[in-house]
Amino acid sequence: MNNNHQSDFRENLKNRHTIGKWFYIILLACLLVGLLMLTALIIDLAVEGHAWIRPELFSNYHSRKPEQAGMKSAIIGSLIVMALTGLFSFPLGIGAAIYLEEYAKKNWLTNFINININNLAGVPSIVYGMLGLAVFGRMFGLFSTDSWLVKLLHLKVGEGTLSGLQFNLFGISWLEIHLPFHKSLLAGALTMTLLILPVVIISSREAIRSVPNTIREAAFGLGATKWQVVSKQVVPIAMPGIITGIILSLSRAIGETAPLIIMGAFTYVPFLPKSIWDQFTVMPIQIYNWITLPQTEFRVNLAAAGILVFLAILLTFNAIAVLLRKKLEIKW
Amino acid sequence: MKKSSTFLGHSKKEINREKIISAILFLCGVFSVLVTIGIIVSLFSETIGFFSRPEVSLLKFFTGTTWRPLASKVSPDNFGVLPLITGTLLIAFLSAIISVPLGLGSAIFLSEYASERIRDIFKPVLEILAGIPSIVYGYFAISFITPIIRKVFENWFGVEVSFFNALSASIVLGIMIIPTVASISEDALRAVPRSLREAGYSLGATRFEVITKIVVPAALSGITAAFILAFSRAVGETMAVTIAAGSTPQITLNPLKSVQTMTAFIVQVSFGDAPSGTINGQSIFAVGATLFVMTFGMNVISDLVMKKFREEYE
Repeated sequence: MNNNHQSDFRENLKNRHTIGKWFYIILLACLLVGLLMLTALIIDLAVEGHAWIRPELFSNYHSRKPEQAGMKSAIIGSLIVMALTGLFSFPLGIGAAIYLEEYAKKNWLTNFINININNLAGVPSIVYGMLGLAVFGRMFGLFSTDSWLVKLLHLKVGEGTLSGLQFNLFGISWLEIHLPFHKSLLAGALTMTLLILPVVIISSREAIRSVPNTIREAAFGLGATKWQVVSKQVVPIAMPGIITGIILSLSRAIGETAPLIIMGAFTYVPFLPKSIWDQFTVMPIQIYNWITLPQTEFRVNLAAAGILVFLAILLTFNAIAVLLRKKLEIKW
Repeated sequence: MKKSSTFLGHSKKEINREKIISAILFLCGVFSVLVTIGIIVSLFSETIGFFSRPEVSLLKFFTGTTWRPLASKVSPDNFGVLPLITGTLLIAFLSAIISVPLGLGSAIFLSEYASERIRDIFKPVLEILAGIPSIVYGYFAISFITPIIRKVFENWFGVEVSFFNALSASIVLGIMIIPTVASISEDALRAVPRSLREAGYSLGATRFEVITKIVVPAALSGITAAFILAFSRAVGETMAVTIAAGSTPQITLNPLKSVQTMTAFIVQVSFGDAPSGTINGQSIFAVGATLFVMTFGMNVISDLVMKKFREEYE
């Protein structure tokens, strides 16, 4: 009886270990699918696109002839949108992170802001495009000829393509203001700012939180005010982490296509923007445009070449962020 | 009182500056609330404008099965959003079938089996997959996945496959979402205390038994939250599905046909540059509001699941 049990157990144990081995193999296979797809993607892009990475791709605008088509305005547009987005989201993101980590009291408002930021991070990017269109692109029609505001203040607004209000701030000729922002670089960058803001805040908060309390206490002990502690001690120490977070968010923003399509960014922009009020296009929109064209040269080859350039730029930004993090990281 | 506030020799000027700065920081902090209000106001003001038109009706919008907003005859019968919703859900569901097992499998491997060195190889792979923009996945779908699908189904089974189809979109979307599922699930698995695993081993369980009967059940709340979040991301995804699934709004369960998702419709109309105030310009806001409510609901549920069913240890 006892013997029987033991041999049963042995037999079972063997089976149990076999199941375990198969489980291991299946799990490894799950992980390998990701690697396999990544490899397939890169090979596919390289095969279709490598011959089309030529100087024209960087020096020309989009053209009806594939041999002459390039994405100059899209590359420049992407870089400008990114720079402006960084410029806007940097102070806002750090400010919010400092407030929430250092100043906010534990009450319902702080709690609400926290929940709100987490929810905003989960809102689909296309919704931000609609927000940008309504708020920045059209400003709810407040500056159209038949709005109550225009009638009330007797504003002089233009019609057609130059619709809305235009004036020079403080009368300075180069400080032009256009209301609403229409499809300008400014409108696009502001939309992207709102899109990445939750992620910027979350990553900046983590960086600020990792600054040890002893630093703060030491500064307070020397008689520093709260702002002196924050601005002279906490923020400089957290800065590498904050900057890394912002660069990573910006590289997400540069890959976003949908919000700018909703904003009405153009696909054919045969000029470089001269000011933030000019129309623009970005790399993913140019690539999308090529994908939708019927000729194979556009749909397959040029699109692949464009994507390779696009990915190379993205990779550069990510590499910079990772290097910065490695180089400036302070371990406690 | 007065003395204590200037106790460390801070002058009145300094104290005022502190107050102004903390007010500015407060404004930065509440700015995110303004963004939420902005989203709600901009989506719903246009949506209300859309529904107050005589050509559409709220009831027919949510129950109608025909979506033909660009048809020359504008009538409530042409504004039924169901085909867009079913198209979205079909693709989201199929992509979840791909991303959930692969993501969970990857997470279990990384958290329970992988050595430090193997993790260092595979973690970046997942991070790169997560960082690739969705337009690139869209290209990959039509240049690589779709031809394979068509070859397989047409040559082997003799089934016709349209060039734009839901299956191709779902596959790339599934790949895209693997990193999301994997990273949240891995966090949940790693949060299970070592002592539980050791208790299992001491009772003579094999590694497989410890994982499937102890670790995964203990981490179930986090894993479930990851699934819901993955589904919500699939619903809100835009460019990959717009490129791969086409623009044929129809109610079908056949993944080999072309469908249109809510996001793809918004892109289609926006790409055509619909002027504000027109019925098409407003219809994208109505669809966008529906999308927003759906994803918001799912995110809230995922949050609740994470909080409510979390097993607390220690």
